[in-house]
Amino acid sequence: MINKKVNNVQEALQGIEDGMTIMLGGFGLSGIPENSIAELVTKNVNDLTCISNNAGVDDFGLGLLLQKKQIKKMISSYVGENAEFERQMLSGELDVELTPQGTLAEKCRAAQAGIPAFYTPAGYGTEVAEGKESREYNGKMHILEEAFKADFAIVKAWKGDEAGNLIFKGTARNFNANMAGAAKITIAEVEELVAPGVLDPNEIHIPGIMVQRIFQGEKFEKRIEQRTTRKRQ
Amino acid sequence: MALDKNQIAKRIAKEVQDKFYVNLGIGIPTLVANYVRTDISVEFQSENGVLGMGPFPFEGEEDADIINAGKQTITTLPGASFFDSAFSFGMIRSQKVDLTILGAMEVAENGDIANWKIPGKMVKGMGGAMDLVASAENIIVAMMHVNKAGESKILKRCTLPLTGVGCVKKVVTELAVLEVTSKGFKLLERAPGVSVEHIINSTEAELIIDGEIPEMVIE
Repeated sequence: MINKKVNNVQEALQGIEDGMTIMLGGFGLSGIPENSIAELVTKNVNDLTCISNNAGVDDFGLGLLLQKKQIKKMISSYVGENAEFERQMLSGELDVELTPQGTLAEKCRAAQAGIPAFYTPAGYGTEVAEGKESREYNGKMHILEEAFKADFAIVKAWKGDEAGNLIFKGTARNFNANMAGAAKITIAEVEELVAPGVLDPNEIHIPGIMVQRIFQGEKFEKRIEQRTTRKRQ
Repeated sequence: MALDKNQIAKRIAKEVQDKFYVNLGIGIPTLVANYVRTDISVEFQSENGVLGMGPFPFEGEEDADIINAGKQTITTLPGASFFDSAFSFGMIRSQKVDLTILGAMEVAENGDIANWKIPGKMVKGMGGAMDLVASAENIIVAMMHVNKAGESKILKRCTLPLTGVGCVKKVVTELAVLEVTSKGFKLLERAPGVSVEHIINSTEAELIIDGEIPEMVIE
């Protein structure tokens, strides 16, 4: 067993420097690496390029980094729900590359899988296709999209073991499973870190080879963005 | 009388057939799930990574790890599954999802749709909409026929940045059901009590009107 365990978030985030490109898992606030985001704020690294489906809300998630203007560029598919983000984007302070969600996921997966580029129909005939090669397959137009190149991927999982194996819960799997192993170094923060052998190999979603550092997060707020319920009959 | 949002959802629900996998967008499309016939088998897909989506949870049972694409807390039904984002869009691109229902700011008679950006004013992003409209075989748009200023959103050509080209098959608005044909919009049904003239006057695009236009049946 190759041990990937680090003692804390500070050790996990060693080597993250100004100007780097970082992938961060999560969809909305679900499955975001919240301990690592808090540490990025403390560490005060700047000029970051962040690849993340969303940009958090004003006071949580990547919104915390936006508040302190630590982010130079965001690569995302949907950035509503964040007034500060919209302000920085419309004023030109923040560079934003909006990417269709499925393309964003596939650009992660391609990097994870060692595929440099792929054709997808998403975005053909729109602003997204500008400057990109296009080609017809099966009577339909597709555009060429490239795999991401990132310095670090920070993902969040439900359970993990010291070998770096990961298991996600519910829809918190989202981009976390596609970003693990998609950057030079992958950091996994987990709710529960167990010894090797505790997790059933049949139930591992991401094998430990994709993860270089793993730690158990100190606390998880797991904030809910839209609390929708129904009344008991 | 023009339909309200729930009535638009009720009308669209009639398009959902037995054994359909259906992706519902944010807004009116989400309401469609409430009105699908209970005697057919349907599974709802949410592109953030769940198939077999159920209703909202009971108060106190919300789980931050189980949400839909609108970031709302949800439940799952027996037979449900979770998967990652790349896999989710894999099933969308490979057309395993039978029906996509989404909202729009504008739709044009050539099937173009715009719903993600108003230059200089509003940019929320396309989310999964571009992937969905580029791949889905069967796309129904739920939208308001006119904007707050009374201007038509059913156009000859879209004016806003496009989400997808030539992809919309059907549009249901508060006034009408329209089919996108190779010759443009065909008026299929009108809202109860709404005249054909009123629909023509509310539509910038030309409408193909073939004989008597029946009223929608909304229970």
